[in-house]
Amino acid sequence: MTWIHVYLLAVGAVVTAGLSVVSITIGLAIGISVCAASLAKSAPLRVLARLYVSFFRGVPLLVLLLLIYHLLPQIGIDVPGTVAALVGLTLCTSAYQAETLRGGFVNIAPGLVEAGRMIGLSPAQILVRIRAPIALRLTLPALVNEAIMILKASSLVSVVGVGDITRTAQNLSSSTFRPIEMFATAGLFYLLLNIVVARGGNGLGRMLGLRG
Amino acid sequence: MTQDAAITMRNVVKRFGGNTVLRGVDLDVRHGEVTCLIGPSGSGKSTLLRCAAFLEEHDDGIIRIGGAPIGYDAAADGSRTRLPPGEIARVRRSIGMVFQQFNLWPHMTALGNVAEGLRQVLRLPKREAQDRAMAHLTRVGLAERASFYPSQLSGGQQQRVAIARALAMDPKIMLFDEPTSSLDPELTGEVLTVMRDLAAEGMTMLVVTHEIGFAAHVGQHIVFLDEGRIALEGRAGEVFRKPWHPRMAQFLQTYLDRGASVLLEG
Repeated sequence: MTWIHVYLLAVGAVVTAGLSVVSITIGLAIGISVCAASLAKSAPLRVLARLYVSFFRGVPLLVLLLLIYHLLPQIGIDVPGTVAALVGLTLCTSAYQAETLRGGFVNIAPGLVEAGRMIGLSPAQILVRIRAPIALRLTLPALVNEAIMILKASSLVSVVGVGDITRTAQNLSSSTFRPIEMFATAGLFYLLLNIVVARGGNGLGRMLGLRG
Repeated sequence: MTQDAAITMRNVVKRFGGNTVLRGVDLDVRHGEVTCLIGPSGSGKSTLLRCAAFLEEHDDGIIRIGGAPIGYDAAADGSRTRLPPGEIARVRRSIGMVFQQFNLWPHMTALGNVAEGLRQVLRLPKREAQDRAMAHLTRVGLAERASFYPSQLSGGQQQRVAIARALAMDPKIMLFDEPTSSLDPELTGEVLTVMRDLAAEGMTMLVVTHEIGFAAHVGQHIVFLDEGRIALEGRAGEVFRKPWHPRMAQFLQTYLDRGASVLLEG
C-alpha cells in the first residue's frame, strides 16, 4: 500500500461522490414530480406514479444498471458507462424519494391545512408555506438515509466500468495482490463520505429550524 | 331570517357515508352574542361548527355568514348551487376558527404563526405584520413567548397563540371547536379567561364546549344538540334553570353528579 494507491482510491471517491450527488439531486427533482403525481386528483396520473415507483423500486439496482448499459446502445444511444450509471442511480433513488415524500405529505395532520384555509391562505400558499415545509421536516431524516443508501449502492456501478471507489479497489487488488488493504481503504472512504452526508443532513435540519 | 344574524342555518343536513350526523338544523347566531353548542358526544356539535366554516360541506340546506351564503347558495327553483372557491374564501374571511388540537404550524414560532396571515393574505410589510402579531400575542398574555416554537409551549399557551392567530385576521365571528378539551384541567382556565375577555369586548362567538360552567356564565344563547337535531335552545338563564327537555336534564345531571353544580349557581 503506497500513497499512489490512496491517491487512486481518492480519485475513485470523487467519482463516487459526484455520481451520488448528481443522482440524488436529479432524483429529488424527479421524486418531487412523481410524488406530486401520486397525490394528484387525476387518476391516470396517480396510476402512472404508482407504476413508476413500483417498477424502479422493485427491480434490483444491479439489474437496472446492466439493463440500461446494454439497452441504450441497442436503441442507438451510445453513451459512456458513467451516463448509464447516472441514469440507473437517478431512476432508482427518484422512486424511493417520491415514496418517502409522499409518506411525509399524507402524514401531515389535516388540521394544520384547515388552519391555513381558515386564515385565508390559497391552496398554493398552503402547499408552499405549510405542507411542503412540514413534509420536509417529517422526511428529512429518511431522505438523508436514502442519500447514504445511494452512496453505498453506487458501488454497483463498477459493473458498467465506472472507475468509482469499488472499481478502483478491485483493479488495485488484482494488480497488487493486496485485496484486504485495498478494500479496507475503500471501506474507509465510503465511511468518510457518509459521515459527511450525515453531518450535512444534521446541518440542513438545523438550518431549516427543524427540531427533535 | 333576521337581518342582524351573524350566522343563519336553515335545514342543514350532513351525512358521513350512510350515517346522518345533522338532521335538518335551523340556527341563528346573533351579532355580539356568545352562542354555546352543548350536547352529548356524537350529537353533531363539532360537525355543525365545521359546517359553518365550510370545513365540512353540508349535504342539504343553506348556511349564511353575515348574510352571504357559504359553500352553497339557493337557486330560484329551490335547488342548491355550489359557489366558486374564491367566493367561499371571501365569506370565510369574516370567520376566525380555534381548533381542539390548536393546529399551530410546528415550523413557525408563535409570532410566525400569528403573522403568517398578515404577511401572506393581507400582504402587510414584514415590520407591520410583526408589530400587529405582537400586539395580538400581548392581548392573550404571551408577548414574552413570541419567539418560542409550538413544541416549546404548554397546551394552554398553544391554544392562546391559536386564538391570537385567528384574531389577527380581524374576524367578525369567532368559532371555537372544543377549545379546552385537549387541555389538562389546570390549563383550561387561562384559555377560558381569554375567551371570557373576548366575549366581554362584544365578539360574536359560537362555541362548542363541554365546559358547562363557561356556557352557563359566559354563554348568552344556549343550544343543546342531540342526535343531530336541536333538542332545546334558549337564553342561558332559562335553559340551565329549567332544562325541560328530558335529554338535556339527563345530560346536565351527569355534570351535577360530578360536583359541577356550584358552577351553575348564580
